[in-house]
Amino acid sequence: MSHAPPTATGAAAPADPPHPGWRSLNWGRVRIVARSDMRQLLEDKGFWMPMVLLGAIFFLFIPTVLLVSITSIGDVEVVSQMSETLKVLPPSAQAQIEGQSDQGRTAYALAVFLLAPVAIVVPLTISTAIGASTIVGERERGTGEFLAHSPAHEREIYLGKLLASLLPGYATTIVGFGIYSIVVNLFVGPEVGGWFFPTTNWWVLMLWVVPPFLALTLSIVLRLSARVKSTAAAQQAAGLVTLPMIGIAYSQSTGALFGAQAAGLYLGAIAWVVAGFGLARGMRAVSRSRLLGVADGV
Amino acid sequence: MPIAAPGAPGPPATAEPVVVLDQVRRRFGEVEALAGLDLVVPANRITVLLGPNGAGKTTAIRMITGALDAHSGTVRTFGMDPAVQGEAVRLRCGVVSAKPALYDRLDGHANLAYAAELYGLGRGPSVDARIRDAAARFGIEHALDKRVGGFSTGMKTRLALARSILHQPDLLLFDEPTSGLDPESSHAVLEMIREMTDNGRTVVMCTHLLLEAEGLADTVVVMEDGRDLVAGTPGDLTRQFWPGTVVLVAAENPDAMADALTIEGVAFVEPDTDPLRLRLHLDGDHHTPDVVGALVARGVRLTRVEPLEPSLEDLYFAVRTKKPIADDGGRQLTPTGDEALVTDRHRQVAALTGWPGSEDAR
Repeated sequence: MSHAPPTATGAAAPADPPHPGWRSLNWGRVRIVARSDMRQLLEDKGFWMPMVLLGAIFFLFIPTVLLVSITSIGDVEVVSQMSETLKVLPPSAQAQIEGQSDQGRTAYALAVFLLAPVAIVVPLTISTAIGASTIVGERERGTGEFLAHSPAHEREIYLGKLLASLLPGYATTIVGFGIYSIVVNLFVGPEVGGWFFPTTNWWVLMLWVVPPFLALTLSIVLRLSARVKSTAAAQQAAGLVTLPMIGIAYSQSTGALFGAQAAGLYLGAIAWVVAGFGLARGMRAVSRSRLLGVADGV
Repeated sequence: MPIAAPGAPGPPATAEPVVVLDQVRRRFGEVEALAGLDLVVPANRITVLLGPNGAGKTTAIRMITGALDAHSGTVRTFGMDPAVQGEAVRLRCGVVSAKPALYDRLDGHANLAYAAELYGLGRGPSVDARIRDAAARFGIEHALDKRVGGFSTGMKTRLALARSILHQPDLLLFDEPTSGLDPESSHAVLEMIREMTDNGRTVVMCTHLLLEAEGLADTVVVMEDGRDLVAGTPGDLTRQFWPGTVVLVAAENPDAMADALTIEGVAFVEPDTDPLRLRLHLDGDHHTPDVVGALVARGVRLTRVEPLEPSLEDLYFAVRTKKPIADDGGRQLTPTGDEALVTDRHRQVAALTGWPGSEDAR
């Protein structure tokens, strides 16, 4: 069959950058993809109800029960034994503990040091649950076809989905952190002479250390989501990835809380660098063929 | 429904084709989805890609927008290479895939608003008005505030069609748009597709349903195994495959038609499955009244005279099966291997297509 030569009607259109840098990305489209994904999450009560419950359990119920129990225990010997266990903490951490009574010191240590996993477990769990299904879900529902034919660049789609996975987990954590702060101040504050929480290390942890760990975990989870064949497989694989990530993040963040303030800053800086590397690698995982679910793209 | 009469006027086409695929190949693992596809889509026309499942129709559409890259060959859409200028190409394309590709958790309006924003229309009252207009055009405006998850298949298709025209694309690509629809809804959707070309848009539609393409296609491309078997306007293809006229005649006394071949203008006589009927192959339409008059003069008591027009289905099967075609106006295929039934027409068609048998005609 013979063909006419290609037309020249589109010659003036700019070529797509093969690997657009941060400046050439259309951030408006990133925001649009993220907003649409988050709107879908909000419309799904079955998703956000467990998310709220998880946050409430870790940030409200468990701390309240523990702190109320400690500050209300009347048995002096039991409290004294619990206070003795604080000696296992590093000297730098022991030096930070405030409070005149054993009850106060124990409650302080519990609130400031021992409940640190809460700040890690909640956002990682929520964001991983969202991120695991975000790309493979588009493929399974057939909506990947819509995105593949849309003018959005693969990296804009990737970043939009990253934000849509990261923000709900982080937002829940920030809100939970606020509630946790009130609980701690209400029950431990009177024991140490007034409201004291969040401490500087906690601010560093929440604003500087948790976000890069979250981004790093999601960069891995989204890569998995782009590569696996089903949401179920993505959830399984994400679970395998998240568990060690929680362990690493927990140990590092606890270390940051125990150590000097600079330790948290250094840890955060390293985490941001690693997360940046992970995100750069992750962006390549999303391709139009993977959104379409064609054989060589999955 | 017969295909359009040869030479039937269509909407005016501009000189430059909108899409040109030249020897395009694409593999998925071991499977070669496109194996040297050639395709030219003229502007302001409806081009129908016809073929069985796995023929490569969907892959061809994905190539046109740049959703997939070709492993070899040339793809040009609006003169651009979609692999290089994908964003510019996709901004001018509207796509409806076989699955409507809608977000079930969102309502109809949110689905369209998402597309509007992605295609750069932004938000606001003017975009809302455009969404309502597009939805109204496909009769789905009443359901814009309802969750898409509760829509019927027909409603989803209508919403997907509305979404495809929101940004007023120049090229519309429909991949089996009536899949899963009842006949009434299918008819309505096809009518809507036809209307779209009235506004100067170009449409490419994939289907394996012959009746869909019938009467809709300005250009037909029959595909199989990732290749184009034949392409052209229905009129051209009709002339190519059925250059003469076939008239079905039935009589109370069919024996009286035994010497019909001696009538001037009759080129060939073929028995029909019904013993009371014959198929007369004439040299042209103008012979029909004379032949009928001659039959009556010979005492034939005619009960039926019907010009047979080939349907797109006839063409499709003729091209796809690569078998000699019965010289019957396309109503039936001749069983292969029966040399007694091979006619001059078979050889003629074979010569045109290069199919087995063409050697005899050369």
